[in-house]
Amino acid sequence: MTTITDYPALRRPDAFTQRSLGWVPWAPPVPEAELTAAQRDSLVEPDRATNPYFRLLARDPEALRARTLTDLDIFHNDDGGTPRWERELAAAAASRVNGCVFCASVHARAASRLSGRGDDVQRLLDEGVGARVDERWDAIADAAAALTATPAAFGAEHVERLRAAGLDDVGLLDQISGAAFFNWANRLMLSLGEPEVV
Amino acid sequence: MSHDIIDHLAEITAGSRLDTIRRARPDARENAQQSFLALLEPADPGELPLGDRYAVAAYVALLHDAQGAPTRSSAFYLELLDDAAAPGVTASVRRAADAGRASGPYGGYREPALQREAVAGPVARVDRSVLGERLAAALEHAHLLVLHPRDARPEALRALTAAGWGPDALVSLSQLVAFLSFQLRLVHGLRVLAATAADTTADATTASATELEEARA
Repeated sequence: MTTITDYPALRRPDAFTQRSLGWVPWAPPVPEAELTAAQRDSLVEPDRATNPYFRLLARDPEALRARTLTDLDIFHNDDGGTPRWERELAAAAASRVNGCVFCASVHARAASRLSGRGDDVQRLLDEGVGARVDERWDAIADAAAALTATPAAFGAEHVERLRAAGLDDVGLLDQISGAAFFNWANRLMLSLGEPEVV
Repeated sequence: MSHDIIDHLAEITAGSRLDTIRRARPDARENAQQSFLALLEPADPGELPLGDRYAVAAYVALLHDAQGAPTRSSAFYLELLDDAAAPGVTASVRRAADAGRASGPYGGYREPALQREAVAGPVARVDRSVLGERLAAALEHAHLLVLHPRDARPEALRALTAAGWGPDALVSLSQLVAFLSFQLRLVHGLRVLAATAADTTADATTASATELEEARA
């Protein structure tokens, strides 16, 4: 039977953080030396072969490959739409609501790096998505949180508020896609392993 | 299935305003479709038969529905299931979803400073009589992932392996539930966007972009 691993002595984070965290898998990743050509191809970026999260997801290579390419276009396509940091803010907000400390650390850090607003990002981590910053920030955080609820609480009022804050149609798609995508990523990171202080 | 499934669920027609918006992120659009194909219509389903994938998908979509408000998405996945399933399976999945429906996300925290944010909620127990041990265990795991993913612990994966789930199928199941959590939200968001007034500056933006392309050419 498949061995599921516990880490009783793991150094766990105490709270949400922008520090760089590690992640350890509960289910067994494919050993790096045993990756098939299809599994290597599914990593998209070759250096991900050292990462246990991606080697675990490589057990379903077609799903991993499509997931990664979806992710990259939502967060890195800078042809119009919202600035990348605002998409990272949506990712961090969704992760904060779901409780994914690992995802929140990665995307809060990215939002800080791209915006230069590390203190505001830290407030989102410390106080939650209800932390009030400015109208456009608040509209983005509230929309991501509403879309993260089950059933989704995202409605016309969120779209109208984002438009009033200056978002255009592609920007709205970016924010909706960014928050929705982290409802995918959070569930994988939360259920297949856990974060570690490194 | 060649039709774009998110367009189908969100009722987006070719050439419409929403179609134009989605095509601004062509790789995301294409790979959301490829994700659907990989997880719901794979050429090689491996240890996770198509019928079980449809059962999980129907259950996940029903859990995302507001009480008494079935969506086009849940109707779609129920229909996929009903076409493939043995008698009684669809009704059992519906019953399991009705029993498991709740407002998420809830759950506890391992992190000491976050424990005051813990929110209590139900843990699913799915009837084995029609669905069998393996599929019932998958639905219980899907319930955890959809509604209270931060309660996930190694024990949840052990419950799956004890029910016969190998590591490859366990990853595919996790991807299926997690992907649907994305797809159903994106469909919901696009439907809301379609129902709100168009961006009044969009025509001007499109025109200037076209002029720019012509200028470059």
